Amino acid sequence: MKPVERGRRNRHAGSFRIELLPYSLWSLLFIVVPLFFVAYYAFTNNSFGFTTENITKFFTATSQVDGAEVHTYLLIFARSLKLAVISTVICFILGYPIAYIMATAGEKAQKIMLVLIMIPMWMNFLIRTYAWMTILQDTGILNSLLGFIGLGPLHIIGTETAVIIGMVYDYLPYMVLPVYSIMAKMDYKLIEAARDLGCNNFAVLKRVIFPLSLPGVLSGITMVLIPSISTFYISQKLGSGKFFLIGDAIEGQFVANNLHFAAAIAFILMIVLLICMAIMKHFTNKAVYGGGRK
Amino acid sequence: MKKLIIAVAAVLAVFCLSGCGGSRETRVLNVYNWGEYISDGSEDSFDTIAEFEKWYEQEYGEDIQVNYDTFASNEDMYAKLSTGAVSYDVIIPSDYMIARMAKEDLLLPLDFDNIPNYKNIDENFHGLYYDPEDKYSVPYAYGIVGIIYNANEVDSADATGWDLMWNEKYAGRILQFNNSRDAFGTAAYKLNKSVNSADHADWDAEYDELMTQRPLLYGMVMDEIFNLMESGEAAIGAYYAGDYFTMLDAEAEDVDLRFYYPDPTNYYIDAMCIPKCCADKELAEIFINYMLDHDAAIANAEYTWYASPNKIVYTDPEYVETMGEDAMSVLYPPMDDFAALYNEYAYRNLDQDTLDYINTLWENVKIN
Repeated sequence: MKPVERGRRNRHAGSFRIELLPYSLWSLLFIVVPLFFVAYYAFTNNSFGFTTENITKFFTATSQVDGAEVHTYLLIFARSLKLAVISTVICFILGYPIAYIMATAGEKAQKIMLVLIMIPMWMNFLIRTYAWMTILQDTGILNSLLGFIGLGPLHIIGTETAVIIGMVYDYLPYMVLPVYSIMAKMDYKLIEAARDLGCNNFAVLKRVIFPLSLPGVLSGITMVLIPSISTFYISQKLGSGKFFLIGDAIEGQFVANNLHFAAAIAFILMIVLLICMAIMKHFTNKAVYGGGRK
Repeated sequence: MKKLIIAVAAVLAVFCLSGCGGSRETRVLNVYNWGEYISDGSEDSFDTIAEFEKWYEQEYGEDIQVNYDTFASNEDMYAKLSTGAVSYDVIIPSDYMIARMAKEDLLLPLDFDNIPNYKNIDENFHGLYYDPEDKYSVPYAYGIVGIIYNANEVDSADATGWDLMWNEKYAGRILQFNNSRDAFGTAAYKLNKSVNSADHADWDAEYDELMTQRPLLYGMVMDEIFNLMESGEAAIGAYYAGDYFTMLDAEAEDVDLRFYYPDPTNYYIDAMCIPKCCADKELAEIFINYMLDHDAAIANAEYTWYASPNKIVYTDPEYVETMGEDAMSVLYPPMDDFAALYNEYAYRNLDQDTLDYINTLWENVKIN
């Protein structure tokens, strides 16, 4: 089945179709050209001569944290990555079962749940993040509620927990939706077959459902990880400005008129993410298409 | 490759058509201003842009279309303009940015024959450092940074000078600015050092102050300060005088916000300019003149709560009454030596070396 599928796709890719023109123009103008400029700025200095200094600076700049010398940008990057990975894992743990429940529910229930997931996304995410400030504050809604039942107060705002709550809330739909769309198309006869052949629930999940849903999981992870690693808005608002993530670093360089170094940080971030995605894709392809035995 | 060339050509064609197509029957004015910095018709206020269009069409019998766009920081505005990819006719940046843009030849000299209302600008606002010959700018609003505190929590005896923001008694209750220039500014004024110093040692001393202060902070914020002070979530923070009154309007029942000016402190001016990319300079000047007119100037001053350098505004009995005595005395403190204070304590454009140095120190403050 697979070779035929591939051959057909290639034929399409080879011929330039007029219907693709608007999209091609769009992606050329708004994706390719800007990316080119990011790379161009990253490798030039203020007078636009070629330099690798910006890239080197990212890996070598140091500063003092708690009396110890650290690599400034590597530390900032590691902190951003940590928060992003934690959020992505939580989104996956929460989102995967939701997607499964949705995909297996009746048609009407499916539609309702889909709308419930989408409705918050109709509101601007800046406003939703701002709303979380008033929920999590020391004098906020959560602590007033806790006060009513004689608990608390919990100090959450300005902590890592608050930032992660914000990221999970904002990006959860981006995990649920792609996983759901793959699961909804899954052939449920395969599950029945697996059961007939003696699989218990866990084995069905592990050997049938999960492998089939992997492409959705992969795009879910990508769609959560990438915005959460580069966010600066959520960390600024819910972290009370006490977190300095890679997005803040880029913005700071921009304000200090160092467009070239800002571009270099963005460029490195992009390369790292592309490598991560390539690795994940490699393993997904292997799991989905390549020899499923074992 | 051929396809790529065709695609690029098509894109260019589309741009040319939209760029140079159509005869100009309607005059177009592109205005670029800070967010929330003009009376926009909300809550029954004066809709400046709509009123200008109406006035213009009556006065000149021509159609006009005003495109109004906003920016969040001087640097955003500068980045957008310096690429040359945009076209704005009137911009309202802050003083130090005006100095920089004038130096980089990004502004056009104004023709004051088209701006007769300029005569109403207070003499104190002439010949200031950012535009010593009054060639490029017409002041729109000015302000002074002060300290806001919740008197239900903070002992008024402690409320003196910048020390309040470093007072350990109020650990965890203090807000600092979340941008390098303003944050270092608070430390510089506290140490009585110049905010425009080229000497790294000065910035190092301010860095130490910020590091001492860091454990005492609730957080580093910008516009979030409104919500945080109004609700009593934080107790002390420095911000602009006009904004204090906005907070006062919305303070919670158990919050009692007070305000004072530490000495020395920051003075700033935002002024209307015409950037080099302007397409209709005469129209831009007509607009600037309109902004200085009685109705527009008063409406904007009332809407933003910032002080106006326009004599028509602060001598208008109705305006004075609307603002109230308290607000007037805070917003318009005695002006005798304003120019001298301003020239000494306002932010100036820093050279690249200093900007880089502060940014590195700021990153250190933030990652610790």
